[in-house]
Amino acid sequence: MSVIELATGQGLTLSQVEIVHPAPGGVRHIIGPVSLSVPPGEVVTVMGPSGCGKSSLLAMICGTLDAALEGSGRVLLNGADVSDKPPETRHVGILFQDDLLFPHLSVAGNLAFGLPAAVKGRRARRARIEAALAEADMLAFYDRDPTTLSGGQRARIALLRTLLSEPRALLLDEPFAKLDVALRAKFRSFVFEHARAQALPTLLVTHDPQDAADAGGPRLQIDADGRVLGGRASGRGHRPGGTP
Amino acid sequence: MIRRRMPLFSMLIAALATALGLSGPAEGGTETRTWPEIVAAAKGQTVYWNAWGGDERINAYIAWVGDQVRERYDVTLVHVKLADTADAVSRVLAERAAGKKEGGSVDLIWINGENFAAMKQQHLLYGPFTQVLPNFHLVDFADKPSTLVDFTVPTDGLEAPWGMAKLNFLYDTARVTETPGSIPALLDWAKAHPGRFTYPAPPNFIGSTFLKQVLTELATDPAVLQKPAPDDAQFEAVTARLWSYLDALHPQLWRGGDAFPASNPAQRQMLDDGVVDMSLSFNPAEASSAIANNLLPDTVRTFVFDKGTIGNTHFVAIPFNANAAEGAMVVADFLMSPKAQAVKQNPEAWGDPTVLSMAKLDPGQRHLFESLPQGIATLPPDKLGPTLLEPHPTWMTRIEAEWQRRYAR
Amino acid sequence: MRRRGLLSVLPALTLTLFLAPVIAGLIGTWLPAFGYLPALGGDSFTLAPWAMLAAQPGLGESLRLTLLSGFLATFLAFALTVGFLAACHGGRLVRAVRGLMAPLIALPHAAVALGLAFLIAPSGWLVRLVSPWATGWQLPPDIATVQDPNALALTLGLVVKEMPFLLLMTLAALEQVRADERLAVARSLGYGPVTAWLKAVLPAVYRQIRLPLYAVLAYALSVVDVALILAPLTPPPLAVQVLRWFNDPDLSMRFVAAAGACLQLLVVVAGIGLWRLGEILAERLGRAWIAGGSRGGNGRLARPLAAGLVQGLVALAAASLLALALWSVTERWRFPDALPASLGLETWARQAPHAASVAGTTLATGLLAAAIALLLVLGCLENEQRRGLTLSNRALWLLYVPLLVPQVAFLFGTQVLAIQTGIDATWLALVWSHLLFVLPYVFLTLGDSYRALDERYARTALCLGAHPNRVFWQVKLPMLLRPVLFALAVGFAVSVAQYLPTLFAGGGRFVTLTTEAVGLAAGGDRRVIGVYAFLQALLPLIAFAAALAVPKPLALARKLTVQPA
Repeated sequence: MSVIELATGQGLTLSQVEIVHPAPGGVRHIIGPVSLSVPPGEVVTVMGPSGCGKSSLLAMICGTLDAALEGSGRVLLNGADVSDKPPETRHVGILFQDDLLFPHLSVAGNLAFGLPAAVKGRRARRARIEAALAEADMLAFYDRDPTTLSGGQRARIALLRTLLSEPRALLLDEPFAKLDVALRAKFRSFVFEHARAQALPTLLVTHDPQDAADAGGPRLQIDADGRVLGGRASGRGHRPGGTP
Repeated sequence: MIRRRMPLFSMLIAALATALGLSGPAEGGTETRTWPEIVAAAKGQTVYWNAWGGDERINAYIAWVGDQVRERYDVTLVHVKLADTADAVSRVLAERAAGKKEGGSVDLIWINGENFAAMKQQHLLYGPFTQVLPNFHLVDFADKPSTLVDFTVPTDGLEAPWGMAKLNFLYDTARVTETPGSIPALLDWAKAHPGRFTYPAPPNFIGSTFLKQVLTELATDPAVLQKPAPDDAQFEAVTARLWSYLDALHPQLWRGGDAFPASNPAQRQMLDDGVVDMSLSFNPAEASSAIANNLLPDTVRTFVFDKGTIGNTHFVAIPFNANAAEGAMVVADFLMSPKAQAVKQNPEAWGDPTVLSMAKLDPGQRHLFESLPQGIATLPPDKLGPTLLEPHPTWMTRIEAEWQRRYAR
Repeated sequence: MRRRGLLSVLPALTLTLFLAPVIAGLIGTWLPAFGYLPALGGDSFTLAPWAMLAAQPGLGESLRLTLLSGFLATFLAFALTVGFLAACHGGRLVRAVRGLMAPLIALPHAAVALGLAFLIAPSGWLVRLVSPWATGWQLPPDIATVQDPNALALTLGLVVKEMPFLLLMTLAALEQVRADERLAVARSLGYGPVTAWLKAVLPAVYRQIRLPLYAVLAYALSVVDVALILAPLTPPPLAVQVLRWFNDPDLSMRFVAAAGACLQLLVVVAGIGLWRLGEILAERLGRAWIAGGSRGGNGRLARPLAAGLVQGLVALAAASLLALALWSVTERWRFPDALPASLGLETWARQAPHAASVAGTTLATGLLAAAIALLLVLGCLENEQRRGLTLSNRALWLLYVPLLVPQVAFLFGTQVLAIQTGIDATWLALVWSHLLFVLPYVFLTLGDSYRALDERYARTALCLGAHPNRVFWQVKLPMLLRPVLFALAVGFAVSVAQYLPTLFAGGGRFVTLTTEAVGLAAGGDRRVIGVYAFLQALLPLIAFAAALAVPKPLALARKLTVQPA
């Protein structure tokens, strides 16, 4: 399948994405080549050992790849090539292991940070934020200092913040890893429900087979050298090398 | 009071300047404008007066002068406080080295002695200009010849006198009953009171003046000191007595002559603390005003030597590249006015003796001086003793270098 | 990959701004040292200036004083820092002392020296407190406790000021090398607490504090203002002597001064080289000692000793400040009274107009220099992060250049340059000259905190659709508000303390609290010195207090919550 054909598809598409580290001693391979496409509402899981370059892959998709690394291949969102766009114009939301709520902003402040400026007017913005909080059953936390919240609450606020930014794809960098078992399952379904409800193509990086099982979508297995393994993505995911 | 340093200098500078072809023509030349023209040109100017800034009372006086000239002439005076007059000389030199022939950063310098000799020699001064200043003609040239001859160098109208200085000694009557009347008597006193006398380290001007006092008083023929220092053999012969005197004196000094105070205010502080029993000053009113300012106990008095002490005049001069020469002349003239001179002589303000001739003043002006209070520790003019003339600057250049070689190592 | 605007030229601009004057100044000093200074007729190269320098009376003694005080002060400050941390690691005292270090570093050297001079002089406060009832002294004893022939007073003054700097740098380094874990391992292997620290922590920490240590050594070997106050004068240490030669009205002395300034640089370079040799030697011996397996004692003796010494130094600094404050409100205080006979605000009232204008100049220069430095540093750090660059060790050395090269070794060359370009004695020259020394400190203060901020915050913000500028202003800056303000206060304190740069770039037209206080030190009225030195110490302290008093950023930011950028 060619890039042009790929470009017609909705969702998140990676074509021959490869990341290397050009060092004085020679170019070191980090990950790839990876080609896959994630249709709206589907969760593709990327699994692999620590250090296989999964996080770099996500950074490449967001446009925040470490400047020391070099990425090649294309990233397409709903048919548009975003490979050369700066991160803030890509509309790719990302969640990390840590919630990374801004400690200097209140809960509402964090959510407002995510809400696009196109939503104008103090009242309208407030309404959107309150609606999101109410939907997560967290309206009472509007004015709270995020540092006073529990881990599970913070994780939910982080997701809401990302969703409010109206992303076109969602990247999950082990966002459940730090939560305890009980919370984990709850938050997991919270995330997947929202991702599906908003028809977001979602890429989940994890170590945990349970995460992958819950996600339900195809899997991509990466080996320690950053190569895509034979197990590969099923469903509408693409085989390595881009051959159908 | 003179403020300056006296290091290796005139001869070297002359030799160097000649050798390097530095002695360019003076930039200004004789001032020919009339006084009203100068006053008119000065209006609105800002004068940067580079003057030693180490004494609060003097700084206050300069600030007062600033208020006066602003009111009278619309001239703004900025006191650039120097730790050492040589800084300003260096600055003017640096400006000429950088080719800055006008718009210089120094408009007026408080100066005398070596620094004046150097600037005159180097043609770094504006003028002659003093002849056009109205108040210059009130100066007492007859009885105060040092107003025209600065350390044996003729002023030639390049600097305007504004104060007189005379070496005197301060002592605390609570601790000292008999004061020495001469340089040899001082040595005897020091031997009888080891560790209780010292003098500021040359090239501090008071320290250097103390050396001049010793040199002059012990010289077999003081007249040779008025001429430039001779060749090495003669220099050694004339100064031999100075060195043997100091060799005998130093072991009797504070800290055995290993260390010296940095300045005369430092030594005044030592007198107050009781670290030493005497201090030196160039200002006959220093003791009184220090007592009035709670800087010395009221038991302090002044003494001078029977055969006299070194005295001189201090001046203001204008650099060749001054940005506000007219304003500087207006300030220089005001400094010589009876009003400014009387305020300066008041021991409650500064206590610096006037350069003016009482005979040339009208009764009203004279009254300004006659009504001044006399401080409790100030010797009346008739008790100040004779004035010994400053030696030619070349002597001090070599003596200071030799002092460094012998005692500062 | 994108966006290269103004930001990307900032590092080059910053380096140029603060290295160009140093390099030009060095050239402007080295050429005359070899006889080349066309403005003064020197147009051929000759060794005559060096010969004249060698012939100067007292040069050997000046060098001896410089080397003695420089090495002794640096070694003592280092030994005290290491001894204290080794003996008291993790204790309450370390935390308490740490809190005191910032204000101590903020105190200008000159103010501490002036206070110390009064404290320890034979007629000083310490003697007054015990006289005559304990000592029998009705008059001060004729002993040399300040301006002493071995410059021990200068050494003490330097230790009081440099120890806090080293201590703070070492404390920061301790976190980086995970000292607690190292210590726990060593203790579990049976090592005594002090020995464990010295064997397991010091070797790692030393690498981190090497540069600051060299900066301390370079400073101690070339200090001017403290030496003017505490060192002997006949002759003075080399740096002061060089300054005297430069100020000599005799033109020919300029050449000697230039050679002297170069000698000063060589002394510092050789000093650092010598220290490095000492390091190598100590490392050899240390390795054998570490391998020897001796476990050491329980540190019961070391703790009170080290704690006592450090507390003593802190107390000395505090007492110095107190002495200045007390003198400023004294009317009359004669020896041997323990306290002033009469107090009053007369000195303050009399000095108020002048002090206000001098403090104004100091404040304006300090704020301007610190603000410019902060802007440049933030710009460089932000650029570094956006472009994914990291500062190499070599670049860090560049940053230290103005701190390692003695001020007297290049400021004169810089001054000539300033005169030639017509900017001497202007605000521009003044602030610029301060910037040379403010910038490195601001960078060193802020750099670690800036880089330590989890970069994923910025990534998250970018992915939320925020432009990098918005990320900088609304995420990074508020999160780093405290370190940023702290760096600003450090920069301000560094500017306030500058003596030589103010003297040279200011051309006498700009008087700051430091030049005023040091100028008065030559013998002025202690009460007036008290006013200026106390003010000089007060300004940086206020700056630090203000930086620390800023409320938690959240309270400020809450108000901005809902509105977008």
